[in-house]
Amino acid sequence: MNLTELTSRLPEGSVLTAREDLLPYAFDGTAALKQMPAAVVFPRNAEDVAAVLRFADEQNAPVVTRGSGTGLSGGSVPVKNGIVLCTLRMDKVLEVDTRNLAMMVEPGVLTKVIDEEAAKHGLFYPPDPSSMKVSTIGGNVANNSGGLRGLKYGVTRDYVMGLEAVIPDGEIVWLGSKCVKDVAGYNLRDLFIGSEGTLGVITRILLKLVPRPKAKRTLLATYSDIERAAETVSAVIEAKIIPCTMEFLDRMTIRCVEDFAHVGLPTDCEALLFMETDGHPAVVEEEAAAMAEIARKYGAKEVTLAADEAQALQLATARRSAFAALARIKPTTILEDATVPRSELARMVRFCEETGKKHGLQLASFGHMGDGNLHPTFLTNEKDTEEMHRVEQAMSEIFDFAISLGGTITGEHGVGLAKRDFLPRQFDPGSYALLSKVKASLDPKGLLNPGKIFPVQG
Amino acid sequence: MSETTGIANQASSPLSLKGMDYSVLQQCMHCGMCLPTCPTYDTTRLERNSPRGRIAWMRAIADGEMSVDKAFADEMYYCLGCLACTTACPAGVDYPTLFEAARADIEQAEAAGHGQRDFWRWLAVKTLFMRPRLLRFVGRVLRLYQWTNTDVFFRKIGLMRLAPARLRELEPQTPRVCAKFSHQLIEPEEKPTGESRYRVGLLTGCVQDLAFSDINRDTADVLLANGCAVVTPPVQSCCGSLHAHNGELELARELARRNLDLFDLDSLDAVITNAGGCGSHLKHYAKLLDGDVKYRDRAHAWDKKCKDIHEWLVEIGISPPKGGLAEQAVTYHESCHLCHGQKVKAQPRELLRAIPGLEFVELPESDWCCGSAGIYNITQPEQAGKLQHRKVEHISKTGAVCVATANPGCHLQLVNGLREQGLTVEVRHPISLLAEAYRRSG
Repeated sequence: MNLTELTSRLPEGSVLTAREDLLPYAFDGTAALKQMPAAVVFPRNAEDVAAVLRFADEQNAPVVTRGSGTGLSGGSVPVKNGIVLCTLRMDKVLEVDTRNLAMMVEPGVLTKVIDEEAAKHGLFYPPDPSSMKVSTIGGNVANNSGGLRGLKYGVTRDYVMGLEAVIPDGEIVWLGSKCVKDVAGYNLRDLFIGSEGTLGVITRILLKLVPRPKAKRTLLATYSDIERAAETVSAVIEAKIIPCTMEFLDRMTIRCVEDFAHVGLPTDCEALLFMETDGHPAVVEEEAAAMAEIARKYGAKEVTLAADEAQALQLATARRSAFAALARIKPTTILEDATVPRSELARMVRFCEETGKKHGLQLASFGHMGDGNLHPTFLTNEKDTEEMHRVEQAMSEIFDFAISLGGTITGEHGVGLAKRDFLPRQFDPGSYALLSKVKASLDPKGLLNPGKIFPVQG
Repeated sequence: MSETTGIANQASSPLSLKGMDYSVLQQCMHCGMCLPTCPTYDTTRLERNSPRGRIAWMRAIADGEMSVDKAFADEMYYCLGCLACTTACPAGVDYPTLFEAARADIEQAEAAGHGQRDFWRWLAVKTLFMRPRLLRFVGRVLRLYQWTNTDVFFRKIGLMRLAPARLRELEPQTPRVCAKFSHQLIEPEEKPTGESRYRVGLLTGCVQDLAFSDINRDTADVLLANGCAVVTPPVQSCCGSLHAHNGELELARELARRNLDLFDLDSLDAVITNAGGCGSHLKHYAKLLDGDVKYRDRAHAWDKKCKDIHEWLVEIGISPPKGGLAEQAVTYHESCHLCHGQKVKAQPRELLRAIPGLEFVELPESDWCCGSAGIYNITQPEQAGKLQHRKVEHISKTGAVCVATANPGCHLQLVNGLREQGLTVEVRHPISLLAEAYRRSG
């Protein structure tokens, strides 16, 4: 690859090529995956991106798009000697349209900034992946990220009205509109959401906003076993209450989170439910009371209400640290996001526990109990190849079981590198072939994020 | 595998990235939670200037994939060592150990380059801050220079133009040296008027002793007002934090031993420090002297007894001052090594709130580094200036007439920054405000 040529096509200071500059872009938030790129580029707009993709097309150079590098499936891990296209310098909020409840942003804007911008206008951007203080909206859209509020508010896809993308031949396309109803042509916008940088590079995003809920109540319920927590979740939903958040943490996760955050989580229970309801103040009070009652009825040892917003925020922030806090036990945390229909959650939790035990592995669990999205996390050491092999075995069994329950191998992290080889299990051959066909038609040379979602061809 | 943060095993060999316990390096699982809290990453948005980027680099060195060279030295001296990343890190990475090991490697390999840097390091790290009496002597000369207005005269006649550029820029930032040093203000042992509830040692520091000996007097007064007998050895050594942060671990160990020899720990309930930067280092003598059979046990006892003044006062419970100060809005800037290094955040605020007359106003980004960072404002003036400016902006927006801070480096950085922007906000140590309130209680 002619790096001088690449550098000459972009504004000064847009390309990194020194080894020491590249080294920290060799990985993302995923454990045990690393690959050195040949260059990192920082485009400032769609034209820069188009220039990079045209260059890549000419030189047959692979391009991996990256935001803040917090992904958990290896989706933004570089391809060896390829280009990393980092969107962090495209970080402007372009428009907040309060009449149409929409916001136009560039992909490098941090997720948290989007909600803060919305809040200034009394509006709300609900998707809140745990990494929202760090992650970019471009990365969220490319991975169709979820978060803690999925049960009531859905995921990133539900808030994307339109997007601009640069496709592999350098063409800039716009897909979608500010219209609530729009059925013109194929819905290609949705094709790009969750495409993990394999079809194009997203350069602008039109987001949908909703009115900001006026009130919120946060509850903590402790249990002596996970089943009771799962039953509580089902019972709350059966009682026609849709809380915005129903998170669960097992004992080991509680301990690690408390060790880090010191927010006073009870460490003497087997499971903890963290529940939030938001909306109209009167409704919120009523729902919080009903949720507390249901929790007690289903065997909660203790139910407490957060005293104020500050405490609620502290608890939510602590929950968001769960994944990284688990590294306190062992250096490598292999985090999965197998997801099942809500009704199957208790079975799935039990299966994960048994599988961990069977393979002699340390497993911690937490996750979004309200939407069936579980995060069984193996605590291991990447230097221990024998144990890592057992982790792979256990993971494989967990994926198979999730699929057998009508679930999915990934609820919110994406396929990336980490789950690529399991993907064919979830689809029948015809359906999997259709996925590959879409990829081949948009990116015939296979230059955008090769090796992610699908194995490298040939 | 240890369940707590790994501590480098440095029993016999000097601390180095290659020689250290690998699990300390491995502890970073590159989740990126540190990124938004890192002032250098915030400036450049480049991963190499972030905690996880630096750790990746350190790990590559330990793995033999990269070498300790000039580029690494530049990066590791661009890091402020503010430790904001350690507060943000859910995984509990022991960044202080990594940071010190990296800088020790750099000094060992002489990778940082020579020239003027060598002179300043020799002067500060190896000479002045190793010899308390010499430091005081230099302080006296400096005071003479300042109080006879020679400095103003030199500037007027343009003599400073003869000085090297760096010195010329730094000269106006030099702290005003106090008329009397700590030992002239504080008796070796002072007893409270009533019954002594506790007996504590008082550390007077280096810069604190030269430029802010009145803060040391105030600290003694506040301790006395709360029933603590105060033991203050007249000649004290530097705590060694400057040395440890600048790759001179052997000198840091020597200073730690001197401090351990200076205090009779068994007779004391606590050893009190009032400077955030010193405290953060002082509390980890056990780790520093892990390989020293003779001093190891004493260092452990020391770590347990070493307390930040705010921490200690809240722990023993203060008698609230009856007298108040003139009604004024006061804000609080957190010293990095007090809030991130020692995790002392609530206590200074609690003490400020206890002073009648003061209206406590929160400072936005109160735990964001002010750019002082030890000698960072000397070695990295550009980045330090950016942070100083950002801090002063925030302070001015609070409308406070006084900003409290508990570290001499921050204190000077704020004084200089406020002066440069023509603001008349006073900078005080929280304990000085408290001492003043006690004095007014009569």
